[in-house]
Amino acid sequence: EFRRFSLERSKPGKFEEFYGLLQHVHKIPNVDVLVGYTDIHGDLLPINNDDNYHKAVSTANPLLRIFIQRKEDADYSAFGTDTMTRKKNVLSNVLRPDNHKKKPHIVISMPQDFRPVSSIIDVDILPETHRRVRLYKYGTDKPLGFYIRDGSSVRVTPHGLEKVPGIFISRLVPGGLAQSTGLLAVNDEVLEVNGIEVSGKSLDQVTDMMIANSRNLIITVRPANQRNNVVRNSRTSGSSGQSTESSLPSSTPNIANFLQGEEESDEEDIIIEESGEPQQIPKAAPTSESLESLTQIELLHESTQNGFLPSSEMSLNHSAGSISMEYEVRDPDHKSLEEDGTIITL
Amino acid sequence: MRRFLRPGHDPVRERLKRDLFQFNKTVEHGFPHQPSALGYSPFLRLMAIGTRSGAIKLYGAPGVEFMGLHEENNTVMQVHFIPDQGQLVTLLDDNSLHLWTLKQHGGASELREEHRFTLKGPPGSPPSATQITAVLPHSSREVLYLGTESGNIFVVELPTFTVLEDRTITSEAVLQRVSEDYCNRRSCELVEAIREHPKNPDQILIGYSRGFIALWDLQNSKVTHHFLGSQQLENLYWQRDGSKFISCHYDGSYTQWPVSSDNRQPEPLENLVPYGPFPCKAISKIYWQTTKNGVPYIIFQGGMPRASYGDRHSISVVHGSQQTAFDFTSRVIDFFIIFSSEPTAEFDDPSAMVVLAEEELVVIDLKTAGWPAVHPPYLASLHCSAITCSHHVSNIPLKLWERIISAGSKQNIHYSNMAWPIDGGTNIAPDPLQRDLLLTGHEDGTVRFWDASGVCLHLLYKLSTVRVFLTDADPNDNMNTLGEDEWPPLRKVGTFDPYSDDPRLGIQKIYLCKYSGYLAVAGTAGQVLVMELNDEDAEHVVDHAEADLLQDQEGYRWKGHEKLKTRDGPVRFEAGFQPFVLVQCQPPAVVTSLALHSEWKLVAFGTSHGFGLFDHQQKRLVFVKCTLHPSDQLALEGPLSRVKSLKKSLRQSFRRIRRSRVSSRKRRGGGGNASEVQEANARFDQDALQEMELAPVQRKIEARSAEDSFTGFVRTLYFADTFLRDSSRHCPSLWAGTNGGTVYAFCLRVPPAERRMDEPVRAEQAKEIQLMHRAPVVGILVLDGRSTPLPEPLEVAHDLSKSPDMQGSHQLLVVSEEQFKVFTLPKVSSKLKLKLTALEGCRVRKVTVANFGSCKTDDYSENDLAVLTNLGDIQIISLPFLKLQIRYPCIRKEDVSGIASCVFTKYGQGFYLISPSEFERFSLSTKWLVEPRCIVDMPEVTSNNHVHKSGMENATRKSRSLGDSGEDERKTGRLMEHALLNDEKVLKEIQCTLEGGR
Repeated sequence: EFRRFSLERSKPGKFEEFYGLLQHVHKIPNVDVLVGYTDIHGDLLPINNDDNYHKAVSTANPLLRIFIQRKEDADYSAFGTDTMTRKKNVLSNVLRPDNHKKKPHIVISMPQDFRPVSSIIDVDILPETHRRVRLYKYGTDKPLGFYIRDGSSVRVTPHGLEKVPGIFISRLVPGGLAQSTGLLAVNDEVLEVNGIEVSGKSLDQVTDMMIANSRNLIITVRPANQRNNVVRNSRTSGSSGQSTESSLPSSTPNIANFLQGEEESDEEDIIIEESGEPQQIPKAAPTSESLESLTQIELLHESTQNGFLPSSEMSLNHSAGSISMEYEVRDPDHKSLEEDGTIITL
Repeated sequence: MRRFLRPGHDPVRERLKRDLFQFNKTVEHGFPHQPSALGYSPFLRLMAIGTRSGAIKLYGAPGVEFMGLHEENNTVMQVHFIPDQGQLVTLLDDNSLHLWTLKQHGGASELREEHRFTLKGPPGSPPSATQITAVLPHSSREVLYLGTESGNIFVVELPTFTVLEDRTITSEAVLQRVSEDYCNRRSCELVEAIREHPKNPDQILIGYSRGFIALWDLQNSKVTHHFLGSQQLENLYWQRDGSKFISCHYDGSYTQWPVSSDNRQPEPLENLVPYGPFPCKAISKIYWQTTKNGVPYIIFQGGMPRASYGDRHSISVVHGSQQTAFDFTSRVIDFFIIFSSEPTAEFDDPSAMVVLAEEELVVIDLKTAGWPAVHPPYLASLHCSAITCSHHVSNIPLKLWERIISAGSKQNIHYSNMAWPIDGGTNIAPDPLQRDLLLTGHEDGTVRFWDASGVCLHLLYKLSTVRVFLTDADPNDNMNTLGEDEWPPLRKVGTFDPYSDDPRLGIQKIYLCKYSGYLAVAGTAGQVLVMELNDEDAEHVVDHAEADLLQDQEGYRWKGHEKLKTRDGPVRFEAGFQPFVLVQCQPPAVVTSLALHSEWKLVAFGTSHGFGLFDHQQKRLVFVKCTLHPSDQLALEGPLSRVKSLKKSLRQSFRRIRRSRVSSRKRRGGGGNASEVQEANARFDQDALQEMELAPVQRKIEARSAEDSFTGFVRTLYFADTFLRDSSRHCPSLWAGTNGGTVYAFCLRVPPAERRMDEPVRAEQAKEIQLMHRAPVVGILVLDGRSTPLPEPLEVAHDLSKSPDMQGSHQLLVVSEEQFKVFTLPKVSSKLKLKLTALEGCRVRKVTVANFGSCKTDDYSENDLAVLTNLGDIQIISLPFLKLQIRYPCIRKEDVSGIASCVFTKYGQGFYLISPSEFERFSLSTKWLVEPRCIVDMPEVTSNNHVHKSGMENATRKSRSLGDSGEDERKTGRLMEHALLNDEKVLKEIQCTLEGGR
């Protein structure tokens, strides 16, 4: 059923009020609903806080189409998480829901319930042919789910083309974390694990490194399919300084330091004192403090240099339940939007 | 900013590191893997062993050893010393000859390869034309005679390996005077043996494989005698006076031939098949040794009746009415006799027989009645039963050392008292600074105690745990029970016996307290024995207890082996370590960790199910703790029975193949059986290889979870007196680490000594730490207030260590396969960590605290962690700051058994198995190095006649002996005579020396 009503564009008010208004208009005072709207590209985007509500109102010209679904039977996947990836054929995708009808019905929770499971990071410092993927492993509910193998790749060296041994992803376990992110694919060449180059290391060594880092695994790959690479044009001047250089090692120390700080927190051992409750082992004060403060500095340094906030990494985190989708990362056109913090993070 | 300084940029520390650490592989202990050739120089009194991997090892007096490696890594087929020289020639299976020389360099002798040479035939000739089958280094030291498959004998000059083509002895020349009838049988096909006449160096005896033998005169280049043998020839041997020689044959017979000066066609004097009348196997080598009383020693290899004893590896010694066929458990590679080589001596008077079998060296004393074996001071067969674990104890107190030696000497009474007959060279290495013991546990339930102080790894004492248990094996069931009139008179010799009666007896963990003499030994079927050293034989009952590690856990089914049955009533134990307590784990899984505290009289043990603590003073089980995860099915059921049986049957079939292998049929494999088996083996290998290649090499990337199997597997146990509960009182504690990354800490209450027997020992769990990365915990260590590791039990009581600092706060170091972590105590908070796997992808396999002393100053030493990783690298990590000091590649990463067998000593040395029978010794320390350093006197000095009258040379050499197989070495005196008469150069040399002497 459709309702049409007007809002004052200059004073939209708070989301809470808007939500109340919707419930009132539809006479569903005690039903939880999901609110969405179509933006200028025709993508269905959710409205669930003040920011995106304001955004939605400001982009309406002049009509704002709002979709309301009951929370219990909501088609979560209807939301256009692939806004950015499909940018190029935006014109053909006028309204998203048609596409999604063919897809299996997948339930995903609301963005605020999400936690990141994977992300593409360091796009600005990596060569365009490489991709650095971070996999987050929480608990044991979902396997990391991929296999690696030995292989050889062709490199351009001063002596011409040379075949060098390399490590490749050989298989993705269906339903595993690696497959669900869509960021890794069979035959992608693994270049680094948590900032450490794998060249010269054996398959078993790399396996052990990955497993040892499995709680917070960052792998740099050269995707077998290079067609989905980020294409940076000159307008991305904020990070373009490094966009063409391919010196991976230069970025390595940063990563290593970054990691260390990261992992200190997420890998605390548990102690059970005489039949007491398990608790995380605290850090002894003196040594680690200095270490951590240093890490902090590192982080800040890195973020200012790279021109984006560390938190923005999360902006591309993908839902756990969705199936493989194609991504295009950090599109320059959307950069401003990101900084506004108005893009929905999924 | 500290983080930006790369580690190791501190110049002071860098310099100190150079003074402390240094990596060297120093010596190989044990028996060479796959020996393939043997040589002996009666002049140098050195023995040479060549191996299938191309190594050549020389051994003389204990401590005198040299090693060389052929670049090609090809099998060494033959080794021949150049008479009266510090040189030897090796023949490899690629038909190349190599000349090795012992040279003095920097005060010690070294073995170096000087030349190499491959015999080339005329263009277009088949490869067999130059395939060398026999080598004779002539006593003139100038030429080598090379017999080939084509029947021609080539002469090459030494040391340049120049072929003297005009002196080639062709088979046509040899056959000139032989009747047509005989020639037609292609009698000169292959040269089997070339032997120089013992009295006349101008005559050589040539034996061809079809049985034709010719005596060739080098001066006139013609045959003086020919001997028409009818049997396929195996070998030749000259009698001492040169009037007769012996040929031995493929059909198991030997023939004596006279060499007379007249021109009659010689007829055999005697033709005998010693183990006839039924078909016999070949006699591949024979010695005929004369003695003063006129009764010769006839010593030959093989010749056993083909049907009934064809599978035996035997060497028979016949002396008048005495006859013994020494029966070896592995294939005989070669042997030689040590006998008198004095020029004046009229008889050979053999003193010892040295036999190189595939798996061990056996020396038989021929002078003592009963021909007992001589206890070898080196080349011990470490693998006489497969090694299952090893344990090293440094700096043994003299008292314990003597008691172990005395216990061992009682076991060695059946050995001969003869001094070691191979005694060339002089050991100039400094005496070891301390007494070290290496203990090896074996599959058959024995523990062997080795003297690991010096270059010679020497067996001191052997301990068997078998007597405690009832086994299926009947102790009387061995080959020695053959009656007096048995024929052939076989006698089993040697210690190599790889077939364990019961794999459950295998030793898995050893812990020796060097101060108290307590020894704890744990095995495959969950048995833990605590022993005490007793200097007398004793008969007593072993106290028996059972530790149910599953406790009240339900629904578990053990599908593995049963526990061992114990012997009821008192058991008689020989002097040495005698068990007094036996604890059997239930289920009887392999004991995976063991710790003994001799001061508290407690022993802790762990399996894949849990761990327990036993009070061996009160003989009471203190507690058990089950570490099993409920979902761990694999640990519950034990090793999968199906897999095991498959493995077993495979092993059995291999044994069958090994047993049926026909004894040395050299290159051309006369027995069809042997070649068939070989073919089958090759096919099997190929299949296995193919299977391996087909399997996709991929690795699953999966985080470890709590549900992984074998998380309960107890990897390490550790006793410590530390602050477990509060910082004011320290107490005894037991720490256990599991495969799942859990550390358990138990607080112990041990009653004071005066009430030790009255009050029970109590234990309470105080802490449990779960490492989030869940990697197996391989080491636990407590550091005292000064950050030094706590001393061993009783170490302080014996004034050998400073008492630990109990004032400052203690720290706990937990080493998992992936990380090193330091925690504070008693409140556990993490202080430091070093992540190994996350950064390098390698995992910790072995870790020990080692003390490194500076080579520059005596007063500086520090404790570090010596770590072996799964890549075979050795890393030294500092304590307590966990900084990587240095890294050395040590073992190939594919060498899994080498990595698994590695043990570190307390002073920065280590051992690992390079083959089932050899330990490689290495040193990480600049201060503690054990390597051979020895000197062999050079011929320039000793070849002169006056040496015979002077110098230690002759004094120590009562008897000079003829060489390996008697084929090429001759008595020095004989040579001297010859040299004096014929060689002007030598004469001059002697004159010079004499003049110089004045």
